Amino acid sequence: MTQENLLLNPALAKYRDCRPSQVQKDYWASRYVLFVENLSVSFDGFKAVDIPNYGVRHGELRVIIGPNGAGKTTFCDLVSGKTPASTGKVYFDGRDISGLDESEIALFGIGRKFQTPTVFDSLSTYENLLLALPGNQGWRKNLLEKEKEEETFQVLEILKKVGLFEQRNELAKSLSHGQRQWLAISALIISKPRLLLVDEPAAGLTDKETEKTADLLLELAQDHTLIVIEHDMDFVRRLNSTVTVLNEGKVLAEGTIDEMEEHEEVMEAYLGR
Amino acid sequence: MIIHKDRLVESRRTFFFICLLGFVLIPALYLGGILSIGDINMLGRFMTFAILALGLDLLWGYVGILSLCQFTFFCMGAYAMGMHLAHHGGPEGIIDENGWKIPACLFVVYPYEVGESSGDALVPGFWKPFWNLPVTIVLGLVIPALASFVLGYFVFRSRVRGVYFAILTQAIAVACWLVFCRNDVKLCGTNGLTRFDVIAPSGSLFTFNPVDATDDWKQDNAESPNMDLNKDGSVDQLDYSVADVGFSLSDPGVQLSLYLITVACLFGSYLLCRWIVNSRLGKVLVAIRDDEPTLNFFGYKPYTFKIFAFCIAATLAGLAGLLYVPQMKIVTPSNMEAVRSVMVVVWVAVGGRGSLGGAILGALVVNLLYNYLTSEHDYGFFQWSPDYWPIFLGLMFVVVVLLLPKGLIELVDRVKSTTFVKSIKKEETES
Repeated sequence: MTQENLLLNPALAKYRDCRPSQVQKDYWASRYVLFVENLSVSFDGFKAVDIPNYGVRHGELRVIIGPNGAGKTTFCDLVSGKTPASTGKVYFDGRDISGLDESEIALFGIGRKFQTPTVFDSLSTYENLLLALPGNQGWRKNLLEKEKEEETFQVLEILKKVGLFEQRNELAKSLSHGQRQWLAISALIISKPRLLLVDEPAAGLTDKETEKTADLLLELAQDHTLIVIEHDMDFVRRLNSTVTVLNEGKVLAEGTIDEMEEHEEVMEAYLGR
Repeated sequence: MIIHKDRLVESRRTFFFICLLGFVLIPALYLGGILSIGDINMLGRFMTFAILALGLDLLWGYVGILSLCQFTFFCMGAYAMGMHLAHHGGPEGIIDENGWKIPACLFVVYPYEVGESSGDALVPGFWKPFWNLPVTIVLGLVIPALASFVLGYFVFRSRVRGVYFAILTQAIAVACWLVFCRNDVKLCGTNGLTRFDVIAPSGSLFTFNPVDATDDWKQDNAESPNMDLNKDGSVDQLDYSVADVGFSLSDPGVQLSLYLITVACLFGSYLLCRWIVNSRLGKVLVAIRDDEPTLNFFGYKPYTFKIFAFCIAATLAGLAGLLYVPQMKIVTPSNMEAVRSVMVVVWVAVGGRGSLGGAILGALVVNLLYNYLTSEHDYGFFQWSPDYWPIFLGLMFVVVVLLLPKGLIELVDRVKSTTFVKSIKKEETES
C-alpha cells in the first residue's frame, strides 16, 4: 500500500503552497511521528538532500534505500541534528526540532545508530550500555548517583537477549565487528527512543547475524517507530515493510519492495538498468 | 553475577603508596637524620607538582583534553599565596596613605627607595583581599576555577577539540606569562614576589586589613609600657608586624608541617580524582575521550563534562600553587613559561597517562631525577654534566614510550597483574 502524499490529498489542496499553518501542522502531527517540510541541505552548492514533504507514521517500520550518495545518511544527519539544514523544518511529535543540537534531539526521543558501530572502546560492554540508559544525562547526577539495581538488571537482561552476557566485563575494543554492531543496537534499544534511526544495521555481518538482526528489528517495530537504511535487498525483503527510494537527494518512489522492483525509474537509478 | 565496577582505577595500591611514603617513610627518614630539612622541603615542592600532575591526568588521561596551560593556573594560586605572604613579609617597610604597608618586593615598581617618603605609592586594590589567609586560600582556588570555567565554556561549547585546544592553551600560557612579566601590572614583574618570612600570624587569620590588625593589637596591649618595638618614634603597623610573627618559614618544624600539609592535600586530591573516575561520571569522561560525537546522540552534552574536568584540573593546579609558594619562598613569572606546562605533560606521560598513581609517580620521579642530574657528578669513568639533562630527559621519554606505553606505573602493574587476573577468575568460578 502506497503512502499517500499530503499534497495530493484534495482536501488539503488549498494549503499546497503555503508555509505550515497550525491546521496543516496538526494534521501532519496526528498522522506522522516525524515529518519534514522543504528540507534541504547543500554542500558547496551541491544539494545533498532536497525533500519537499515526507513523513513517517506512528509505529511504522520504514526502510530507506537508494544508490550511493542518494542522501540517505545525510537525511538521518538532518533529522538527528548532526548536520544543520540549509532550509526547511523537521517536526517530531508535532514539535519543531530543526536547529536543536544532537543531545536535545536525543532527549526528545530520537535514537541513532551509525553506519560503523560506534561504541566506547575503553569501556566494558556493561558500561557502554550503562551510559546509554535514559534519564542520567546530567553531570551532577552522574557524579553523585550510582546505578540502581533495576538498571543493572535491565542492562544484563538486554545483554542476555543479544548474546553478549559472557562479554559483559570485556572492553568493547576486544569485541568482534558483529558483536560491536549488536552492542551499538543494544545501546540504542536501552536508551528507549520513540523513533530509531538505524543506519545499515547489517553492514559487515554474516548471514546468520543478519537474520538475527532482522528478527530483532521486527520485534522492535512492534512498539517503536523505526527508520532503517539498508543496502542489502534480502535484508529489506525480510523486513517486509514500506520502502522509500531516495535518489540524488529526492524521494523517488514509495511502496513495497516488490512494487519497487517493478518500478522503472527506481530500477534505472538504483540497480543501474 | 559479577560486574567489575572500578576497573578504571588501580585499586588500593596508590592509596597505600601515598600514605606509607608520604606520611611515614619520609618523615621517619628525616627524624632518623638521613634526610635533611632541605630534602623534606624539596620533596614537599615535588608533591605539589604531583597534585598538578594529578589534575592534568584527569583532564588528559581520562577525558583526552591536552591542556598546555596548567602552570598558568598553578601560578594563579601561587601569586595569591605570594601576595598574602608579601603582605606579612618582614618588619621593615613604609606605610602608604591608607595605612597599608607596601610589601618590599612591590616597591620595585615604584620609583622610591625603601624607607623613603611614599608619595603617591599605594598598595594596589587587588592586593588587599590577600591580607587574610582564609580569603587567600579561597581566592587561590576560586580564581583558577573561574578562569578555567570561562575559558572552557567558550572553547568547549564551540567544540574546539584536540590539537586546536592544545595550541590555544599554549598561547594563553604565553600571553599570561608576558602580562605577569610587566612592571605596570603591579605583580613585581620578572623579579617576582619575594621576602616571605612568616605564615599565619594571628592578624592574617582574624582581620581583613592591616589597619584593623594594628588597632586590635594596640587595644590588646594598651597596658604595655613599650609599644614602639622598632624604635622609630611612632606606634604603627611596623611595630605590629614585629609583634605578630606567626610561624617563621625558615623554621624546620614549620617546613615539616608544610610538607605534611602538602602530602595531606595530595592525598585528598587523589581521593577526589579517584572518586570522580570511579563514579558514573568517570565513565562518561572516558567515553568523551573515546568518541565524543556519539555521546551527543545519547543525550549527553559533552561540553558540560569537559568544563567540569577542566575546572577540577585548574582548581587542583591552584591548590598546588598555594602550597608551593611557602615552601619555595619565591614566585616568579618563570613558572608560567610555556615550557613548564609542557613539562607537566611529560611527567604524566612518563608516569602513566590514564592512571592516577602514574601521574603522581611521574611527577616525583622526573623531578627527583631532574634535581639529581642537573648537578655535576663524577662517577670515575664518566663525568656527568648538567648539560646532559635535556638529552637524558629525551631518552627517558623515548624509552618509556617505546617499552612502557602505559608509563612507569606499568612496571608496578606487571608485577601485580598476574595475581589480579587470578583473583578475578577465582571470583568468577565461585559465583
